[in-house]
Amino acid sequence: MSSTDVTHHAPEEHGHDHDHGEHGPAKGLMRWVTTTNHKDIGTLYLWFSLIMFFIGGAMALIIRAELFQPGIQIVDPMFFNSMTTMHAIVMIFGVVMPAFVGLANWMIPMMIGAPDMALPRLNNWSFWIMPFAFTIMLSTLFMDSGGPAGGWTLYPPLVLQMGDSFAFVIFAIHFLGISSVMGSINIVATIFNMRPPGMTFMKMPMFVWTWLITAYLLIATIPVFAGAVTMLLTDRFFGTSFFSAAGGGDPVMFQHIFWFFGHPEVYILILPAFGIVSSIIPTFARKPLFGYDSMVYATASIAFLSFIVWAHHMFTTGMPLAGELFFMFSTMMISVPTGVKVFNWVATMWRGSMSFETPMLFAIGFVIMFTIGGLSGLMLAITPADIQYHDTYFVVAHFHYVLVPGAIYSLMAATYYWLPKWTGNMYDEKLGKLHFWISTVFVNVLFFPMHFVGLAGMPRRIPDYSLQFADWNMIATIGAFGFGFSQLMFVYIIVKCIRGGEKATAEVWEGARGLEWTVDSPAPYHTFETAPTIQPATITR
Amino acid sequence: MSQGVEAARKPPSHGRVAGKMLLLACAMFGFGYLMVPLYNIICEVTGLNGKTGRVSASAIVAAPVAEDREIIVEFTASVNQSGSWEFRPNAKTMIVKPGILYHASYHAKNLSSSAVVAQATPSVTPFSAARYFNKTECFCFTRQSFEPGGSMDMPLSFVIDEDIPINVDRVTLSYTFFRSPDQS
Ligand code: HEM
Ligand SMILES: [Cu+2]
Repeated sequence: MSSTDVTHHAPEEHGHDHDHGEHGPAKGLMRWVTTTNHKDIGTLYLWFSLIMFFIGGAMALIIRAELFQPGIQIVDPMFFNSMTTMHAIVMIFGVVMPAFVGLANWMIPMMIGAPDMALPRLNNWSFWIMPFAFTIMLSTLFMDSGGPAGGWTLYPPLVLQMGDSFAFVIFAIHFLGISSVMGSINIVATIFNMRPPGMTFMKMPMFVWTWLITAYLLIATIPVFAGAVTMLLTDRFFGTSFFSAAGGGDPVMFQHIFWFFGHPEVYILILPAFGIVSSIIPTFARKPLFGYDSMVYATASIAFLSFIVWAHHMFTTGMPLAGELFFMFSTMMISVPTGVKVFNWVATMWRGSMSFETPMLFAIGFVIMFTIGGLSGLMLAITPADIQYHDTYFVVAHFHYVLVPGAIYSLMAATYYWLPKWTGNMYDEKLGKLHFWISTVFVNVLFFPMHFVGLAGMPRRIPDYSLQFADWNMIATIGAFGFGFSQLMFVYIIVKCIRGGEKATAEVWEGARGLEWTVDSPAPYHTFETAPTIQPATITR
Repeated sequence: MSQGVEAARKPPSHGRVAGKMLLLACAMFGFGYLMVPLYNIICEVTGLNGKTGRVSASAIVAAPVAEDREIIVEFTASVNQSGSWEFRPNAKTMIVKPGILYHASYHAKNLSSSAVVAQATPSVTPFSAARYFNKTECFCFTRQSFEPGGSMDMPLSFVIDEDIPINVDRVTLSYTFFRSPDQS
């Protein structure tokens, strides 16, 4: 808990500019339990997701170890299936989403010049529900009937055949959902109500914009997911037959409800990343973001379109031709606003005086490798092609490119970018760059071969495979272990930075603009208790 | 910063924004459930998923007959894993003309030693034919009760709409037999 110490005395050492009363954090462990401070809660979320990252990562390594060679060597198939299922649930709901919420907590008030989140007590609840929900979720792995093993998409009838630990899974999902919805409500209220005079919507930093839209997506889709899993629960335990043909229900209907949530969900996992990258690239290109307005509109149209493309996950369920065409074209349409974004990032860098500190490296890595993932997505959007690729490793390659060197890279970029602001110290730049290069080599060794085995027909979610896939799988597993273990560097760099290092200035980065860089580093426990005046120099656009 | 700004910073409206958002969340929870009837309606209207139509017998008398077309109707039967049944069509195929009412039947026998209630679910392939395959009467409309070891022949009457796509010359009607879920 080294972070505890530092943030502990940080406010006493720095930041005396607030005038009324005592305002340091409370002492001891109870500080973290009872805190309503947006920075504390942000820190909690970020530590939580870092821990979950290693839990989910360990599961991934179990999967990859089993797939190192054809045949079944290490785990039994049922456990393998619960590893693929749990790995996805942990990474999506336990890593990427909480990490983004953590960043929102830390940064949104500081970016818009608000003293805290709008509903601080709700905020405390939103966080503290999560560790409990995940304890319940992970504990199913140790129950007699084992963890969920039917895939993170929880398709019936398969998922209804798992043992009674199913009830715990659903319960945990409900709580995770409540946590995200409460967190989102808070973010919307903060952005709507807490901006100081002069901070109009079209002057908000992109990260704030993307989070506002993400929060709407969360509020609109998480309840649908909650409804779907509730139907599963009542089908399993209370005799309803929403998805059971025996009682007049239909399992395919679950897929519609699930993906109505599921596709917007994948944008929930990427829109805040767009915001992060849109903050970092201008800083290190020393130019304002190119096409701010078009970025806002592109984000909004991606969010809108994400509601009408869900059935591209269901091309093989036997849709009528008109449906296939509609979902194919609407899916392809999403790549237009996405392309606008990529274009704007490149245009921001164009003729900028760029420097390549670690956050910038991760941001550029994001732009390039996220685009690779977007292109394979486009291939999957072609209905006749998807009938071939569906449920193969090609899909696995697609979503790992958008999620690992996509969403996860944006989180690492964000961590390096704001770490000096959080801790008051610069991280070790040499190690940071090394972390980037090692990760980037291994992440491609890990995921690129999946394109090949996928196109050759290797199905996903299987513990064993035919011999012709052996070589690429071996290579992918080597990449996986390389990538997994190199993330220990990330932890080391963070801990080292918290412990000490070259002192950071308030501005931290030469080209950084925005209100968060006008407060001391480390950021005092309370910031912007009086509204800042918004000047051209302190807004990001 | 003046006190005025300070006062303006804590507007009383957080509750209102939060309330609206909560309302949106609840409405979307409801929408999730609304998707269930919507889905069924869409499937019925479009014949998706092989959902067959249902017509009244009086409508058929008036319906025109396509004398020049012949369609082979195949009957198949399967039993859901959860029951011990004998379940089969009494005739495997029939040759029919659109517009004329036909009768067919299935035979079912309860092989278990307890009384059970069962339900059959129909499905028609190709899906493009489903909405033209109409039934006036079907054992699948209601649940069927069986004594231990009991058996029965179960009737069904159907008519194929004369508008059925011209490229369809073979229609498969399949029934899956389930033990009804709401019995202990
Ligand atoms: C240009 C944008 C994109 C397009 C056209 C696209 C298209 C698709 C398609 C058609 C599938 C279904 C493949 C199949 O199951 O056969 C798919 C799966 C998936 N995509 Fe994307 N995608 C895009 C961006 C993204 C982004 C940004 C994310 C997340 C950050 C994402 C995450 C996923 C995931 C997780 C799956 C697999 C879900 C599962 O079956 O478990 N995609 N994508
Ligand atoms: Cu999708």
